[in-house]
Amino acid sequence: MTEEIIIAGFGGQGVLSMGKILAYSGIMQDEEVSWMPSYGPEMRGGTANVTVILSDERISSPYLKMYDTAIILNQQSMDKFEETVKPGGTLLYDPNGISQHPTRTDIKIYQIEGAKLAAEMGNKKIFNMVVLGAFLKIKPIVKLENVIEGLKKSLSERYHYLIPLNKEAIIEGMGNVSPYTIEEQALPN
Amino acid sequence: MSELKLMKGNEALAEAAIRAGVDAYFGYPITPQSEVIEHLMAERPEERTGMIVLQAESEIAAINMVYGAASTGKKVMTSSSSPGISLKLEGISYLAGAELPAVIVNVVRGGPGLGTIQPSQADYFQSVKGGGHGDYKLYVLAPASVQEMSDFVEDAFDIAFKYRAPVLILSDGLIGQMMEKVYLKDQQERISDEEVIKKYGGWAVTGKTDRKRNIITSLDLQSEKMEARVHRLLKKYAQMEKEDLRFEKISCDDAEYLFVAYGSSARIAQKAVELARKKGIKAGLLRPITLFPFPKQQLFELADQVKGILSVELNAGQMVEDVRLSVEHKVAVEHFGRTGGIIHTPEEVLEALEEKIIHNERIGDYKTRESSIL
Repeated sequence: MTEEIIIAGFGGQGVLSMGKILAYSGIMQDEEVSWMPSYGPEMRGGTANVTVILSDERISSPYLKMYDTAIILNQQSMDKFEETVKPGGTLLYDPNGISQHPTRTDIKIYQIEGAKLAAEMGNKKIFNMVVLGAFLKIKPIVKLENVIEGLKKSLSERYHYLIPLNKEAIIEGMGNVSPYTIEEQALPN
Repeated sequence: MSELKLMKGNEALAEAAIRAGVDAYFGYPITPQSEVIEHLMAERPEERTGMIVLQAESEIAAINMVYGAASTGKKVMTSSSSPGISLKLEGISYLAGAELPAVIVNVVRGGPGLGTIQPSQADYFQSVKGGGHGDYKLYVLAPASVQEMSDFVEDAFDIAFKYRAPVLILSDGLIGQMMEKVYLKDQQERISDEEVIKKYGGWAVTGKTDRKRNIITSLDLQSEKMEARVHRLLKKYAQMEKEDLRFEKISCDDAEYLFVAYGSSARIAQKAVELARKKGIKAGLLRPITLFPFPKQQLFELADQVKGILSVELNAGQMVEDVRLSVEHKVAVEHFGRTGGIIHTPEEVLEALEEKIIHNERIGDYKTRESSIL
């Protein structure tokens, strides 16, 4: 099994840390992992993205053109990465702030109201964990318990009190992801 | 027992330096290499092992501190990225001339000039063709994974002390910035002063006692003596070629087409091999792990087997010259690479193989090569 993922959004949305937690979770179940961030000018105030690969084999290229899954968290990333999903692949996005919804019919598309749910839970910072939960519902490539183990590894100990909240956010995301069909786009708002 | 961690290449290299018992690091921050000095500072190695970590006032100061510290027979290293390495070149030439063991790390970014902070392999010529002045070479290791960023620190010091010569670890922004699993080695003790005198007292400046004084210099105004020194260097380089060449062959046994790539490009080319094989194209990859010594003989032999070779590099065509020299016109060799910090995708690399080698009717035609990058 190899899963090639791009996570893209604004800097500050927790894109890179979501990828890191996913990578750590992979390590917890003995997988090979790679985490390749965009770095440089785009990080400073603009978009941020990270390529995460989990595989049971040695990973060749950490840098890719096409992905099994794209997790998209802003419009710029939608414009750039919708076309990079492999046919038959998966696109997961937060509709918050999206004006041009995806149009491809050869991939599976899902929505998660990550920003809204995180705000309702009273902590906007757990947004990325809600989205991660949604992803893991669609593609259960890592077990929840391994995500929690991964969180323990990637967070320094003084933040470990936040782990239950993160777990709650992941479960919230798992329960609220919904498939998106292109027909919906035609409906008036 | 080794410790398993998820780390950036730069962090893994820095951690490996502490664990390898390095005595001193002198550096100056520059993207995309800064995590090396950041990790070293954050880990407080002076408390863990007594290792000295110092941010110098400039790259030039740092390399001269390396020169001074290496003269004492201790394990010393520095790191930087392309423009910073250019500044260090005078010092590197002096290290080679004075026959001092030291490890230099270049996490390459796009150039020329200040260029860009994104990954590049445009410092190949600088690394293997001298860079600094004079008849010298560096032993050059090119890591292609976070694990190798960690492992090559110790390997580099082994070579540096085996030959009393500076060694370069040539990484790039991709390998430096990405995170992968890494098994960290156990902590080694730093070498004691007594051991230094015992092992390197024949040349190192350890504080004169009852022996003849040791002088570290790269200057020899008597031509005969200077030529003897150059010959001594050449002998070392010949021995490196004989004893310490490193390379990896991937899917080469039945290959009809060959990629040659190192570092980050080797990872991408390996994926291109997978994509090619899915399409029924028998592609293979020769990955030089050392860029000097270069796997000349292996390429010369593979040239009898394959129909064409594509040198894949994140530059405008540098290593391709060494590939061509190695195969001695037995088979066509073309280059593919992106520049300016853009990373080629595996799909692009495979397309380049099909276009420039497999379906190229003018393959091997000298005239088509001139503008191959454009």
